[in-house]
Amino acid sequence: MTPVVDVEHAVVSYGGRAVLEDVSLAVAPSEVVAILGANGSGKSTLVRSALGLIPLTRGDVRLFGEPLRKFRGWRRIGYVPRRVGAGGGVPATVGEVVASGRLARRGLLRPARSADRRAVDDALTAVGLADRVREPVSTLSGGQQQRVLIARALAGAPELLVLDEPTAGVDAASQEAFAGALRRFVERGGTVLFVAHELGPLRPLITRAVVVHHGSIIHNGRVPEPAGHHAEPDHDHVHPHGPVEQAGFWGAP
Amino acid sequence: MSDFLVRALIGALITGATAPAIGIYLVQRRLSLIGDGLGHVALTGVGLGLLLQRSPVLMAVVVAALGAVVIELVRERGKTSGDVALAMLFYGGISGGVVLVNLSDGQSSRSLVSYLFGSLLTTSSQDLVLMGILGAAVLAVATLGRPWLFAVCHDEEYARVSGLPVRALNLTLAITTAVTVTVAMRAVGLLLVSALMVVPVATAQQVTRGFATTMLAAVGLGLLAAGTGVWVSVEADTGPGATVVLLAIGGFFVVTVGAAATRALRRRRAAPARVEPGAPEPEVVLD
Repeated sequence: MTPVVDVEHAVVSYGGRAVLEDVSLAVAPSEVVAILGANGSGKSTLVRSALGLIPLTRGDVRLFGEPLRKFRGWRRIGYVPRRVGAGGGVPATVGEVVASGRLARRGLLRPARSADRRAVDDALTAVGLADRVREPVSTLSGGQQQRVLIARALAGAPELLVLDEPTAGVDAASQEAFAGALRRFVERGGTVLFVAHELGPLRPLITRAVVVHHGSIIHNGRVPEPAGHHAEPDHDHVHPHGPVEQAGFWGAP
Repeated sequence: MSDFLVRALIGALITGATAPAIGIYLVQRRLSLIGDGLGHVALTGVGLGLLLQRSPVLMAVVVAALGAVVIELVRERGKTSGDVALAMLFYGGISGGVVLVNLSDGQSSRSLVSYLFGSLLTTSSQDLVLMGILGAAVLAVATLGRPWLFAVCHDEEYARVSGLPVRALNLTLAITTAVTVTVAMRAVGLLLVSALMVVPVATAQQVTRGFATTMLAAVGLGLLAAGTGVWVSVEADTGPGATVVLLAIGGFFVVTVGAAATRALRRRRAAPARVEPGAPEPEVVLD
């Protein structure tokens, strides 16, 4: 089966310093892949370069089997960037932000149809914010703002969701709402690729975990079990520290 | 009302409607002063027009649009040197304008001042027709293109991953901004045009909740400031452009203070309801 995302021998370097070194990663349809790693490991760079937001120094990316350069099926992808403050300098309602998610499906200069409005409502319902559609985004909590960005991605009815640290700094209620929305997306056959620092309620959904360390993939397989004080019952913080500290596990194939 | 007053009023109203309609996208992107920079660049166009004895307004549109494209391409590359490149462009623009005007005949240094600060009262019918056509084009782009321009100004990376034509949208916005600056220059002048692109938006967003309503309110405030500004300037015999801008800024302060007072009042009224259960009752309730 053609991988949904196929990164081959990707190298990304800034001013001669390699951030990604020869990374290859393929995501098959209906997989839920978590990319884990410490801050600065290159995990965000990996997904951002897979979407063409960061140019590759070397290597190739294919999306749905098409080389990135020729790829035009952007409506098949829903992207959730890392939350950017409260947005721009002008207030915008939740509904206005989520409606941006329909533009990939709406021709340029075409008016919104009832299907577009319904998709916005459905996406907001999926993340539990249906009653906030007319409120300014800036009055929501950080976690709620993150859910708005997820609703924006869901509104376009994508086949692949790419999320950059969707759970960073998000309150428990929002994490649960987010996990629920993601579960329904996966149950309908959706593919998910996301970057995370901690897994929280997303853990049961994940089919494969990839750990990035110093720009290389050092683990690609089942979700790493928490070790040490991370294993305590109320601690769900996955924070890989690399091969030196946990050689037995991280060195495993 | 005399003919020239009617023309002045129409010119001011065109500016009052178009400048905030496109300026809202610049505020959204936190590029509030870009209109001012383009005004500097447009001055070279004015100088070129006066020197070649072609329509200074048309030449200003062309030169400012070229400048806007250059600025957008510099911005897109996101290099830190972009800031310096912009400064070069702005100061080069205003110096080029002054030198070109100096090279043309002696009459025109007075007309240079009229472009810098606006001269609504000497606006001709041909000027008005051109302003009307360009203004209508600007309003069409700003309103019909709103969902796409909003998306690209709100979150450019997301717009890119949505497959939107990000560069084309950015260039459209840049060129439309340049056209707005030159349309507005007869009314408020090149040095003040940025004010009408930004101030009504800043005023409106004190009380609005969404982008579309902010745009509508800002256009309304722009029209109001332009209309009353022309009237006051005739009554008080002051420069119409500067009067319009001062009124707009005055409106900003009134609305800001009013909005803050309303919020404070609401908070005081809502406060008693928020007393934690079990907390001791206040002995005195001030109401």
